[in-house]
Amino acid sequence: MHKLLILVFLFSSTLLAGTASPMAEDPALEARLKAMSHELRCLVCQNSTLADSDAPLAEDLRKEIRGQMRAGKTDEQIVDYLVTRYGDFVRFRPPVNSNTALLWFGPFLILLIGGFVMFRALKKHAGDDTIEGEDALN
Amino acid sequence: MNRKLKFLIPLVLFLVAAGFLFKGLFLNPREVPSPLIGKPAPAFTAPILGETGKTFNSADMKGQVWLLNVWASWCAACRDEHPLLMEMAQTKRIVMHGLAYKDVDADAQQVLIAMGNPYNKVITDADGKIGIDYGVYGVPETYLIDKAGVIRYKHIGPLTPDILLTKIVPLLKELGL
Repeated sequence: MHKLLILVFLFSSTLLAGTASPMAEDPALEARLKAMSHELRCLVCQNSTLADSDAPLAEDLRKEIRGQMRAGKTDEQIVDYLVTRYGDFVRFRPPVNSNTALLWFGPFLILLIGGFVMFRALKKHAGDDTIEGEDALN
Repeated sequence: MNRKLKFLIPLVLFLVAAGFLFKGLFLNPREVPSPLIGKPAPAFTAPILGETGKTFNSADMKGQVWLLNVWASWCAACRDEHPLLMEMAQTKRIVMHGLAYKDVDADAQQVLIAMGNPYNKVITDADGKIGIDYGVYGVPETYLIDKAGVIRYKHIGPLTPDILLTKIVPLLKELGL
C-alpha cells in the first residue's frame, strides 16, 4: 500500500513538472485569460492562438493580459490594446469594416449572382418544357 | 455574337481569380501591415546600454528624423543586416538608435564590440515592454520616425540594400534629409 502511494506521489509530481507555465493564484482570471487567448493570434507562429503558443512573445503577451485583467480592464479594452499595436491581424475573427467588407459580404454577393444566373436559366428551360409539353399533348 | 461570347464569361472569371491567387503566391504572410504607421511613435524612457544611470527619453527626439532598429544578440537575422547598418552609420546621414530587445546587457555589448556599433545610442528593453508598444513580433524590425514623432515606415526582418534604396532613402528625401 505504501509503495503504491509513493508511486502515485512520484507520478503526479512528474506530471506537474511537465506543465509549461506555472498556474497563477487566481483560477477565475486564468480561465478568462484562456478563453480570451483562444481568440487571439500568436504573431510569431501565425496559425496558432496565443493560448497554444510557447513563443516568448506569446508568453509576454499573456503576462501583459494578466496584468491588465488584474488592473480591472475589460476584455474589450485589452483586445483594443493589442489591436492598436499589432492590427486586426491579431484577432482570429476579423471585424467588419471597410477593409474586410469584401471578405464578409463577398460570398453572399457571389451567391446572389449565382442565384440570379440560375433563376434565369431555369426560367428559360421551364419555358422550353411547357412548350414541349404542350406540343406533346397536341 | 453576344451568344457566342457568353461561354467566355466563366473563363474570364477563372482567369481573374487565378490572377489574384497567383499574386498571392508572392506575398509575404509575415509582413503584417502595422497599424502604427502614420501614428505617433509610442513614448518611452529606458536605460541606455553602457551608460549606467542614464536614460533615453523618446520625447527628446522631437524635431529629428531618426531610425529605431530593434535587434538582439540572440537574433541571427540581426547579424545578417549588421554590415549594412555599419555602412549606413558611416554615411552619418541619419541618426539611428538601437533597441536591444529582450537582451542581456553584457551579451548585447559583446556583439557590438565584436561586430562594431552602428548605433548612436542603444536603448535596453530587457522585459520587451517597449517592443510590445511598438508591435514588435520578430526582430530585427526598423522604424522610421519623423520630426513630429510620427512613425512613417516600418520594415520587418533584416534590412537589405534594396529596401534601403527603394523605400527608406526616398522617404528620407521627402522628409528633407
